[in-house]
Order: sequence, then C-alpha cells, then structure tokens
Amino acid sequence: MFSKDSSKKQCTALENKLVEYLDGRAKPAERHAVEEHLSGCASCRLRAEEFRMVWTALDDLPEISASPAFDASLRARIAAEPAPRSFWDWLPSPRLAFAVTALLVMSVWLSSVPRVTTHPSMISHATESIQTSKVTAESDFGMIRDLPVLENYDVVSKFDALSELPGPPTASPEEVIRETR
Amino acid sequence: MARTDVQLMLDVKAGDQQSFELLLRKYRTPLVNFLYRMVRDTAVAEDLAQEVFLRVYRARQEYAPSAKFTTWMFRIATNLALNSVRDNRHRQLEISMDQSVDTGEEEQRAMEVPDRAPSVEQELVARSRSELIMKAIHALPEKQRAAVLLHKYQELGYDEIARVLECSESALKSLLFRAYETLRVELAPLVNPTVRMNRAPADRSGQPA
Repeated sequence: MFSKDSSKKQCTALENKLVEYLDGRAKPAERHAVEEHLSGCASCRLRAEEFRMVWTALDDLPEISASPAFDASLRARIAAEPAPRSFWDWLPSPRLAFAVTALLVMSVWLSSVPRVTTHPSMISHATESIQTSKVTAESDFGMIRDLPVLENYDVVSKFDALSELPGPPTASPEEVIRETR
Repeated sequence: MARTDVQLMLDVKAGDQQSFELLLRKYRTPLVNFLYRMVRDTAVAEDLAQEVFLRVYRARQEYAPSAKFTTWMFRIATNLALNSVRDNRHRQLEISMDQSVDTGEEEQRAMEVPDRAPSVEQELVARSRSELIMKAIHALPEKQRAAVLLHKYQELGYDEIARVLECSESALKSLLFRAYETLRVELAPLVNPTVRMNRAPADRSGQPA
C-alpha cells in the first residue's frame, strides 16, 4: 500500500518535469531523476512516449503565409499614423508666441512703475485734507482745554470719570443674525 | 555581423525605417501563424498581426530593451489574440442565444436525438491530419493553447513564455503538462491508432485549465 502511494506521488511529481525533460531543457539532476522514475514506471514511460509522438504530430501542422497584400496594408496603416511630435512641435505658433511675449513685457513694465501718482489735482486735494485735519485737531484741543474736569488731578489720574461716558452703540442679536444672512 | 532584434528596434527608435522592415520580414510569418493557430481565422490573424507590428512601431519612441524583443512582441500578440477569442466567443454566444429564441423547436428536437457526433475514426476519414491537429489545438483553453504554441512552434524559453502569459515558471510547466496531456488524448488515434481502440472511455477525459 505504502509503495503504491509513494509511486503515485512520484508520478505526480514527474508531471511538471516531463515536458522539460522531453524538450531537453531539464537540468542534469532533474533529467537523472526523471529517467530513474521512467525506468521503473510503465505508465509514465508510455505517457512520455506518447508525448513524444504528439510533438512529432504537431510538427506536421503546415505553416501558412501572409497574403501578398500584408506588407502594403501594414505600410498604409503606418503611413496613416500621426507623426510623433518633436520638441519644436510643442512650441506655439509665431503669432501666439508674439502675443504671449508682449503680454509678459507689459506685465514686467507695469510692475516696475511706482504706484504713487503725481497728478496736480490729487496734490491739491491732499493739501486740503491736511489743512482740514489741522483745524479739527485745534478745535478738539480747545474743547479739552476748557473742560473743568481737568482741574481735578484725581479724576485725570484715575480715569474713573471716563467710565461715565456713554459706550459705543451695540448691535442687538437680531441685527447680528440679520447681518449674517 | 547580423544585428540583434533589440539593436534593430533601437535603430527603429532612432528613425531607421529599414530596421523596421527587417523585423517585419523576420517575424511576419511566425506572428501570422501564431495568431492563426490562436484564432483559427486567416483574415483575423492577419489583421491582428498587422496590429502587433503597428503597436511595436507606435511604441518605438518609448522602447527600452528591458526584455527580449520576442517576449515583448509575443506578449502583445497573445493579449490581442486572447481579447479577440473572448470577443468572438461573446459574439457567438449572442448569436446562438438569438438562434435559440428563433429555433426553439429545432433545439428541442436536437436534444432528444442521441449523440450522433462522428467518431474520431470517421473524422479521420472526413478531415485531413492537419485539420485534426488544428482542431485539437483550438479545443484547448486559450491560455494552454498560447503556451503550447509558444513552446512548440516559437520555441521560446520557459522564462519568456511565463512572462508572456504573466505566470510563474512552475505554473507554466503545469499548464504545458495539462495541455500536452489533453493533446495526447485527443490525438491518440494519430500518434498511436491502437491506443485509442483499446482505451476505456474514462481514460479519455481531458484536463481543462
């Protein structure tokens, strides 16, 4: 029983080596192992012999030739292929290249020009603004100077009196919600 | 000194059309035969072979000799053939489903008739030897068929075939054994006519992939 199982295992192990052995590509050690098994196993020997005969039969399959139009048809298909794009093909057309270059030069020039303008009307407007702010500051200072509260040093140093001033108007929750809408 | 396939392909990459012509001349017949034996249709085989050359030509700019040229080329060919076989099988299935709707009665009658398929001996009379071989090859599962064709007719190495079929070498050897075992059974009357006559039907079952 044991010897029968062992032989069957050897037959199964031979399966993956048989093709390699028959086509002469097996390594010497494997070839020796296969030959040893074949010498003692009639069924595997028969199978190996039939494999050889199958290979001989397969040699009888005639070769076909490509039709005479094969090459011409292939050349036509190749000719219809779009040409591969070279480096120069990736460059844009001269008109587009000029437009892009002009745009780049303009952007560089614009970025180099200082942003302060010296228009006369703008200068006079700025002068007027300075004069107006100066008059406002003087009037504010006069008002503060006349305040009697300044005579009381404690009030000035503690600043408690400032807490009596009305605070900035606060928005109601409804107004906040309305703003977020 | 003759240039290698890889050298020819690198020359094609450099823009040498003549090298492409050399590759075409060298592999035109092997490719057409491989594809014909895969799809069993001359016109489809030629169309697929042209597609292989076209893809090789298209890929010339990106070609890098990381593998043997034949491995690369037959990998393209095998993928195209397998896709074609599968597409054709779907088409055949659709046609047969349409026909089964139209001719339901005939189908029913055919099912009632006992197996009238001609015996292999009758087939031998009716068909030539090469047709029988071709039929046996075509009856193999596609991957086994490709493995046998690449092993027997293209004589590629095991490592090359394994790369073409995207499997391990040991899986390939097992695949080849099963394929030749099936062929041994199917072609028994050709290789040893007395074997089939004496063999019990249970011994004749093939082993699909």
